[in-house]
Amino acid sequence: MSRLIFNLLLQATWQTLEMVLISGFLAVAGGLPLGILLVLTGPSGLSPMPWLARPLGLLTDAVRAVPFIILLVLLIPLTRFIVGTSLGTTAAIVPLAVAAIPYFARIAEVSLREVDPGLVDAVRAMGGTRWMVIRYVLLPESLPGMISGLTVTLVTLVGASAMAGTIGAGGLGDLAIRYGYQRFNTTIMSGVVAVLIVLVTGLQAIGNLLSRKARHDAAGH
Amino acid sequence: MTLLAVENISRSFGSHTALHNISFNVEQGDSFGIIGRSGAGKSTLLRCLNGLEKPDSGRILFCGEDLAALPEKRLVPLRRKIGVVFQHFNLLSSRTAAANVALPLEIAGIAKAQRQKRVNELLDLVGLADHGHKYPAFLSGGQKQRIGIARALAANPVLLLCDEATSALDPETTDSVLALLSDINRKLRLTLLFITHEMDVVHKLGHHVLVLKDGHIAARGTPAEILQNSENSTMPLPDNLSTDAQNGSQAIVRLTLDLKEHPLTPFLIKLEQNTISATILRAQPHQNIEQPAMDVLLHLPAPTEENLSLLNSLARSVEVTGYVTPDL
Repeated sequence: MSRLIFNLLLQATWQTLEMVLISGFLAVAGGLPLGILLVLTGPSGLSPMPWLARPLGLLTDAVRAVPFIILLVLLIPLTRFIVGTSLGTTAAIVPLAVAAIPYFARIAEVSLREVDPGLVDAVRAMGGTRWMVIRYVLLPESLPGMISGLTVTLVTLVGASAMAGTIGAGGLGDLAIRYGYQRFNTTIMSGVVAVLIVLVTGLQAIGNLLSRKARHDAAGH
Repeated sequence: MTLLAVENISRSFGSHTALHNISFNVEQGDSFGIIGRSGAGKSTLLRCLNGLEKPDSGRILFCGEDLAALPEKRLVPLRRKIGVVFQHFNLLSSRTAAANVALPLEIAGIAKAQRQKRVNELLDLVGLADHGHKYPAFLSGGQKQRIGIARALAANPVLLLCDEATSALDPETTDSVLALLSDINRKLRLTLLFITHEMDVVHKLGHHVLVLKDGHIAARGTPAEILQNSENSTMPLPDNLSTDAQNGSQAIVRLTLDLKEHPLTPFLIKLEQNTISATILRAQPHQNIEQPAMDVLLHLPAPTEENLSLLNSLARSVEVTGYVTPDL
């Protein structure tokens, strides 16, 4: 592999990582509170509020219903407004985060719902407030599931970021389209695929390890 | 002095009445048992007693406040005076044993140094001083329940509620946990209120007993009074009773004891001396026979020849009613 191709691949990998990690961070920053809110205000939650839970759930699913390639185009005005341009790596982070927030919110919701209600009772019986239930029970007890969920989200984001390459986002997807597809450069195409495989299996392995560590049972030690 | 006064509470779920007009008082320092089959309303009653559930009507007076009427915000400080021990321990798997014990203190806003001191005291009290650093997944059932008890005691409650605290434990562990609870009641003079479906637990732990049946109070009195009154024998034969002995199955044995003044106590002592573990499911006087006698239904985990012949020597007659397979 020539040094030129290697450099192209390295730069594209870096851009992909940048898109995935920043939008992954935003997915947690936005999706976790949304997930908590969905659980708390749900029918069996600590503060059932159907008037809030239903519209929130609807909005979450509405965004998830839009195919990412269409979301990319739909969000161009918003991206221009926030970033100033709709091209480049930074611009791609906006639609990636918008797609990932409801995705991670639903995943977080599942993990939070799986927490044994007996533990919530225990902390309430100790005189714990709602906030203490979230802080001492829901978040720490759902952490292993949450880490697995975040791993799934990041892997999905790797795929989505490649799709963002079609509208000029940079990264591995962009490289594959411009060199591999439009210029029939098989070396670059297979290089991109190889890097993607390494990236995804690596992310999954790290996620599995951290999730196991957070579990504090025989499997994690 | 009355610590907890329950006045005419009722609670329904849809058309099902879980509790009907329940009233009782728990005195300071008492060990008060509530016994009943599953579905008798015990759990609902216990959840009402710390405000996790609201009765439809009636009052629950504790520390001069009515738990049934207070809004959630005012219940929070009162709950810190009530410790709860759970059937399935309900320890946080994300925290070490010591951190679980410290949790009520964290919630109460106690400083870290003080917390640490109290946690060490409590781990000592429950005999697990060396296990504080372990996560719950690495503790046995009995150890988990001891940590659960230490946690319930952490914030110096004035009342300890036990929700089937020994139902998930094996017989030997049950005895040691019951001994610990009884110690806490006597030495720390902490008022104990426990619910159970096992007559044995009431017998070993309770000073006063309430028998709950279909949401009604069926009887109340001392454990001895309840045991000897046939009307109140709510302990049934197990559902999964079979006539065939299988490998590892346990026996349900029916004995007739000669009725002296207190036929049960010497009988139980004999069992203990011979290290036979057995649970009394029901005990009632035989009626309409010439010689007064006691009819006892016994759950015998190890129905060996040896144990059965020993029972034979203690009782007028012994009959194996059937076998159950342990569901643990």
